[in-house]
Amino acid sequence: MQRFFNNPDDIVDETVAGFVKAHRDLVRIDPSNPRVVVARNAPVKGKVGIVTGGGSGHEPAFIGYAGRNMVDAVAVGELFSSPTAKSFLDAIRAADGGAGVAVLYGNYAGDNMNVKMARKMAARDGIDVATVVANDDVCSAPLAEREKRRGVAGEIFMWKIGGAKAAEGASLDEVIATAQKAIDGCRSVGVGLGPCTLPAVGHPNFQIEPGRMEVGIGHHGEPGTRLEILKSANEVADDMVRIVLDDHDLPAGREVAVLVSGLGATPINELYVLYDRIESQIVARGLTVHRAYVGNYFTSLEMVGATLTVLALDGDLKRLLDVETACAGF
Amino acid sequence: MQAIDTPFLLLFFRAVARRLEENREALCGLDGEIGDGDHGTSMANGFAAVVSTLRDIDAAKEPPSAVLRKASVAFLSDVGATVGPLYASALLQASRAFDDRPDLSLSELSTFILALADGIAVRGKAQAGDKTMLDAWLAAAHAARAQEALGARPGHVALKAAEAAEAEARATATMIASRGRAALLKERSLGHQDPGAVSAAIILRTLSDVVSDLAEQAP
Repeated sequence: MQRFFNNPDDIVDETVAGFVKAHRDLVRIDPSNPRVVVARNAPVKGKVGIVTGGGSGHEPAFIGYAGRNMVDAVAVGELFSSPTAKSFLDAIRAADGGAGVAVLYGNYAGDNMNVKMARKMAARDGIDVATVVANDDVCSAPLAEREKRRGVAGEIFMWKIGGAKAAEGASLDEVIATAQKAIDGCRSVGVGLGPCTLPAVGHPNFQIEPGRMEVGIGHHGEPGTRLEILKSANEVADDMVRIVLDDHDLPAGREVAVLVSGLGATPINELYVLYDRIESQIVARGLTVHRAYVGNYFTSLEMVGATLTVLALDGDLKRLLDVETACAGF
Repeated sequence: MQAIDTPFLLLFFRAVARRLEENREALCGLDGEIGDGDHGTSMANGFAAVVSTLRDIDAAKEPPSAVLRKASVAFLSDVGATVGPLYASALLQASRAFDDRPDLSLSELSTFILALADGIAVRGKAQAGDKTMLDAWLAAAHAARAQEALGARPGHVALKAAEAAEAEARATATMIASRGRAALLKERSLGHQDPGAVSAAIILRTLSDVVSDLAEQAP
């Protein structure tokens, strides 16, 4: 694949620079750390700060979710690589409005370690930090070992709901409990049709043969649970719905939010082709779709494929999901 | 220079940075097989950051403990991934091994290696056999200990430590990952070497080369 770049080593800095220029009404770069993107209105005095962070290459995640009633500060890592402990710390400092900071991030070894170290350093500054670790990716571990699962696009719901809760003036404990409830209500699955390439490496990290697909693929090309012959969109959609809902015992009549995200190189129209079938399958199971998001919300460079996330709602989560936000990602 | 002192550390870090730069793509490739493909970048950038941080220090004034602490901070500030905190912790633990001493004797090489291994173990909480960089570090520390107990010369101790790390890095291909991103693959991680163990073996081979160069120059 041909691509737009200058020096591969500068891609992350140039991405952040372009992003902040384009969305200067919403975000700015932290003056003390060029790898921290801060919402224009942050920190809000007396409000719990919301922080996230992760590797680059997933745009609009993570920076695209910095904004009003969303994430206050985002730590930016190299492509597919956790941000530094220092960047998480600087994001925590930037988001701190005196009411504590909730770091809502995905379950990856590097992020776990760096957030832990940043939390320890922030404690020395007197900042109260609590965390929620997203683990919505069904195929990355069995249900009995949910704590081992990766965090994927369900993180967006966790930020949205956690951010709205904080904006209401909730305490740190309440924000954490609500964000935890949001991610506990999420199940996701990814299907990959083609690999992606780190520009500095220059060749794909893995291969998916023509005519094949990888069910359960991760956001960095982590191999899925099944390598199969590529099927029709309807069959793939059925499979995705089955995987997420079989993992999540939801009673008929439950309202859900649905997010279908492209992985980078899949055309948006194909996402709608998938969504057409996904929604009818969800409805066929007796569930009601309260709100749907279809587009490139959480990508993996130019991977071909899509993810499905289903969030089980209750009155509280539904109200928070519907709170108006201003960020580049939605 | 017949000791692990500040000039030794500066030489060692420069050599490690060079070797890791040469192996950047190979390590990324290994990582791409079972991880996310960033290991070579993290390692090469991390030690480049160490070298750049230490570029202007006054070797006559800075004790090795301070040099290692600065190297640790460089890792923490410049490297994310798992590598940042793990090597930051390793370097910090190594700085503690010196206390306020101006150097460690080359006959205490195993103390230096073990301190680095300990720092990684404390931060990463991996066990031997989990298919991580710790496997290579522990193998090297044990080999160095054993050779020192036998009264081997520093050059031989370092060589055996490097060989043990390389053998263990190869052996990680027979292990099932239970830490880090490769752990998600379980059995599918079989047959692939752990990139962290391979880069650890590169660092230990570099240490061996630096030590034996010094031994040759000795009167």
